[in-house]
Amino acid sequence: MALEAKNIYFRYNQKQPWILENRTLKIDRGERLAVFAPSGYGKTTLAMLLAGYLKPIKGQILLDDKPLPGKGICPVQLIYQHPEKAINPRWRLKRVLEESGGVREDVMDAFGIERAWLDRFSRELSGGELQRFCVARALMSGADYLICDEISTMLDAITQAQIWNVVLKEAARRNMGIIAVTHNKYLAQRIATRTIDLSNT
Amino acid sequence: MKQKNETLLEIHDLSISFRMYDHGLEQTNLQVISNLHLTVYPGEIVAVAGSSGSGKSLLASAILGILPDNATVRGHLHYKGQELTSGRQEQLRGTEIALVPQSVAFLDPLMKVGAQVDGHRKPRPADKRKRLFKRFGLPDKTEQLYPFQLSGGMERRVLVSAALITDAELVIADEPTPGMSLEQASEALRMFREMANEGKAVILITHDIDLAVGFADRVAVFYAGTTVETAPASDFKIGADALRHPYSKALWKALPQNGFQAIEGFQPYAGNLPEGCLFAPRCSRKTAQCMSNVPPVREIRGGEVRCYHGT
Repeated sequence: MALEAKNIYFRYNQKQPWILENRTLKIDRGERLAVFAPSGYGKTTLAMLLAGYLKPIKGQILLDDKPLPGKGICPVQLIYQHPEKAINPRWRLKRVLEESGGVREDVMDAFGIERAWLDRFSRELSGGELQRFCVARALMSGADYLICDEISTMLDAITQAQIWNVVLKEAARRNMGIIAVTHNKYLAQRIATRTIDLSNT
Repeated sequence: MKQKNETLLEIHDLSISFRMYDHGLEQTNLQVISNLHLTVYPGEIVAVAGSSGSGKSLLASAILGILPDNATVRGHLHYKGQELTSGRQEQLRGTEIALVPQSVAFLDPLMKVGAQVDGHRKPRPADKRKRLFKRFGLPDKTEQLYPFQLSGGMERRVLVSAALITDAELVIADEPTPGMSLEQASEALRMFREMANEGKAVILITHDIDLAVGFADRVAVFYAGTTVETAPASDFKIGADALRHPYSKALWKALPQNGFQAIEGFQPYAGNLPEGCLFAPRCSRKTAQCMSNVPPVREIRGGEVRCYHGT
């Protein structure tokens, strides 16, 4: 039971240098990996490859030794750095949560999602409020792996601790694997069982 | 106390509300900022920290006069001792007052970033832009790229460059550092510090308290649309005991390096604010007085706090 990037190469076109070159990474279920690297080292690209939003030029992304499923809700869910880019601006937030396939009241309560917000559009909420919807949507989808791309940098410390505590609890209960991209080493110490630095591996 | 005419920006009793449709054609006013105070002197960096959704970005929009049409602003906004009218805001924004927007979505997706940073200035300030990009570690070829070709951290550095190229007297930086590495973020704040040392000023809206207190002079803590505390930045270095308001203490204790403990409950929703102190429902020190009356601002140990029990 593992999510694996096997010797992957990626670049956006042939004139550009490789963003990721022969990168290999493996994480088991129940493991929590923190990924460090300076800005522009391909952290977000790696996150998008692992969640199936991009296809590697060479190499493979394997979930339990098979390619990621092409249909249905992907068991590897990516939570973006910018929630405003991950929510359809023309949908009311209720529909955003329904996209997960099964709205769970307990998750909404744990994140403090006000029921009045469900009838609003994304532009009417703050970045921190929107990010709770994105994390809640990913958890409700029943994913086995979460890729968290700097999900809490735009949140205040109390909200950050609240969200991560909910994620960690749910991850422990469902034996989920988590890959968290972060620049904050203190946060990594709190949430991860293992860390890697892309700039020196 | 310093005289009023010395301040660069003075905000007093600011409130912002939004007119919204409720049921059918019925309209309600949603008050999102209330009784907010903030003073900025030339030569200083004021960090604004606090809860997500506490109105930090709205404050920036209010200063610049770029709130949407359904917003109503009340209170006193003074820039260089004169009232900040909408005409003056239009004149000052982009020249004397510059914004580093919170979202990288503010970059034009169809325009190369070099040209975006140059803006409409004639002649194009290409040399200055190149110097800024260099200090931020952005390679020369970055100017020829479109926003989608940049990483999140690179986009942020482009946004900061676009504000610094203006030579503004006041820069409002709305979370300029997420996505940047520690070295890059420190470099950005060092450039703000240099600006302030030249007699200009910076309002630094941030969640990275740890980083901000290394460069800021004062920290204003926001909660549910009001300032609950303004403290010298050094108090945040000392720790929770040096802070005055229970929310500031809780915020400090929730940092990953200081315990990662979240207090119970959530910030009240703007349509459903408590009657007295906005923090009372989550406060461990609340009394009957806190539940019924809004506490006044008090001066304690060189800082200001809006709490009956602040020490």
